[in-house]
Amino acid sequence: MIDTTAAILLSMIAAATPLVFAATGELVTEKSGVLNLGVEGMMLLGAVSGFATTVATGSPVLGVVAGALAGIGMSLLFAFLTLTMLANQVASGLALTLFGVGLSALIGQDFVGTPMDALPKLAIPVISDLPLIGPVLFGHDPLVYLSVALVGAVYWFLNHSRGGLVLRAVGENHHAAHAIGYHVIGIRYLAVMFGGAMSGIGGAYLSLAYTPMWIENMTAGRGWIALALVVFATWKPGWVLIGAYLFGGVTIAQLHIQGLGVDIPSQFLSMLPYLATILVLVMISRDSLRIRLNAPACIGKVFHPDS
Amino acid sequence: MIKKLLGTAAAAALAVGLMAGNATAQTKVGFIYVGPVGDHGWTYRHDQGRLAIEKEFGDKVKTTYVESVSEGADAERVIRKLAQEGHDLIFTTSFGFMNPTLKVAKQFPNVKFEHATGYKRDANVSTYAARFYEGRHVAGLLAGKVTKSNVVGYIASFPIPEVVRGINAFTMALRSVKPEAEVKVVWVNTWYDPGKESDAAKALIDQGADVISQHTDSPAPVQIAQERGVWAIGQASDMSKFAPKSHMTAILDIWDHYYIARVKAVMDGTWQSQDVWDGLDKGMLAMAPYNEALPADAVAMAEQAVADIKSGKLHPFTGPIKDQSGKVVVKAGERLDDKALLTMDWYVEGVQGKLPK
Repeated sequence: MIDTTAAILLSMIAAATPLVFAATGELVTEKSGVLNLGVEGMMLLGAVSGFATTVATGSPVLGVVAGALAGIGMSLLFAFLTLTMLANQVASGLALTLFGVGLSALIGQDFVGTPMDALPKLAIPVISDLPLIGPVLFGHDPLVYLSVALVGAVYWFLNHSRGGLVLRAVGENHHAAHAIGYHVIGIRYLAVMFGGAMSGIGGAYLSLAYTPMWIENMTAGRGWIALALVVFATWKPGWVLIGAYLFGGVTIAQLHIQGLGVDIPSQFLSMLPYLATILVLVMISRDSLRIRLNAPACIGKVFHPDS
Repeated sequence: MIKKLLGTAAAAALAVGLMAGNATAQTKVGFIYVGPVGDHGWTYRHDQGRLAIEKEFGDKVKTTYVESVSEGADAERVIRKLAQEGHDLIFTTSFGFMNPTLKVAKQFPNVKFEHATGYKRDANVSTYAARFYEGRHVAGLLAGKVTKSNVVGYIASFPIPEVVRGINAFTMALRSVKPEAEVKVVWVNTWYDPGKESDAAKALIDQGADVISQHTDSPAPVQIAQERGVWAIGQASDMSKFAPKSHMTAILDIWDHYYIARVKAVMDGTWQSQDVWDGLDKGMLAMAPYNEALPADAVAMAEQAVADIKSGKLHPFTGPIKDQSGKVVVKAGERLDDKALLTMDWYVEGVQGKLPK
């Protein structure tokens, strides 16, 4: 029983980590008032770049960096279109996803089927061997810890730092922020780039740790789940983390339940992760006033300094 | 997607060319795929078939494809688009494209359609499939030879007869070697999601499975099998490069000669609606090279089974066959006919859990 629980928790954390990265990045982007629907595309490019770089250099650290840079590159394209050229954010984001799917397939052609070892997992003598606690708390690769630290850092940044206050101001009312002298476009560029970097790392986690290989379209919709998580978590980093772990946990648990032969229709079980996550996040955030307070008022709106 | 856009652009350009009166005698062949061509599984093999057509006929054909089309309403739109663009022959390569294919076929009586793995036909709609259960039988024998825990994991996509038939053929062959072995099935409700498929593989291995079989399209499960040190069977194409140590064999889909024959029939004007269900004997499927680390008697057994199926001596669904409750459904010596195989919606004895309906 302890082994099964540990196995479920271990897989859950691995399944949730790419979502945590991508959703936390998108949360910062959205808090600045920009809606980037290109998460899936940025993740795919991060996945292929991370994989290709690791294969070429042998260094997973460089692979993660390459994943982040690829995500930033994609997000800059989006930022240029929407912030500089003032294109529609929804359409540009969707286009970015389509572009990412194709471009990653093109880049990845020669890497399909290339073998690679997964990211090494942490192994602290004695502690990592403790039953349950050992593997679940101390048995992951470094990116898992980075993702949790990221959520804490973003929470601190948004709520307890001057920079975070400015970012939120830009997202709430860009004209007011502009009027008191903040460079709205510049700040949004940075927020979009941060979102891109995190999506890229989330993608790289897929191809380096979760399923260590490159294969076309390997995100299989995780970018969209990350986007939904941000909304259902009402733009709160802590709730994004809870939502992602819940989603990952129910996904893995339902596979185990099926393997145990419990008599519940598998179609219902497949639906369960979505249902449970939405239900729980809606329940914890059912105060509509607070949702409105958390939702960035200027999200998706075009800003031009002279208008 | 870029390729898809290019393909569409090329098709559009060609359509314009036709309107301008520059019509050539090219036969246009369209494909719609449920996954990406780079899945290294099901869709990849269909695309190899498409490339075989191009190689065979050169300038006389023009092929286009649309990949990653979801089953359902979107499929109908894509099929209709291919028909409107003047394709002479359209291959729709997933079970879920069945109803959309028939619907569009009614509106385009001059276009020929070929639907893979379905059971509904029309004057201009053929169906074709391979007897993959023959390959599943061979895989089941191998699993029986190597399993030590007597628990074998099976990652399944959707509860349709094709998949259920595979599970049953596999289970019966497995238990013919190891009567006490059982099959654990996990339904992932997708054809392609490397992450979810690998999670399912992990869950099954955590529950004691030491052989993993799959009816989903990505190589993620065989890779997990190698990571965890258990055996696995590849799907649709040779996946051994993803897991050289764990990949016992794979059931290869080989569409090339069928596709070439059907395109030829359209060119000659001899195309007729038909229902094709070919097996190992006609070469529509084959077993990938067996892993060198397998015991010699296991490989010999598999090779013998392939030869016997080819010669007609062996049929994987020969009685006695018991269902899950232990009731004899097929008496000793009798064989299930094709109709029973095509509508199969029950598990044989030895499969754990209940079949979702």
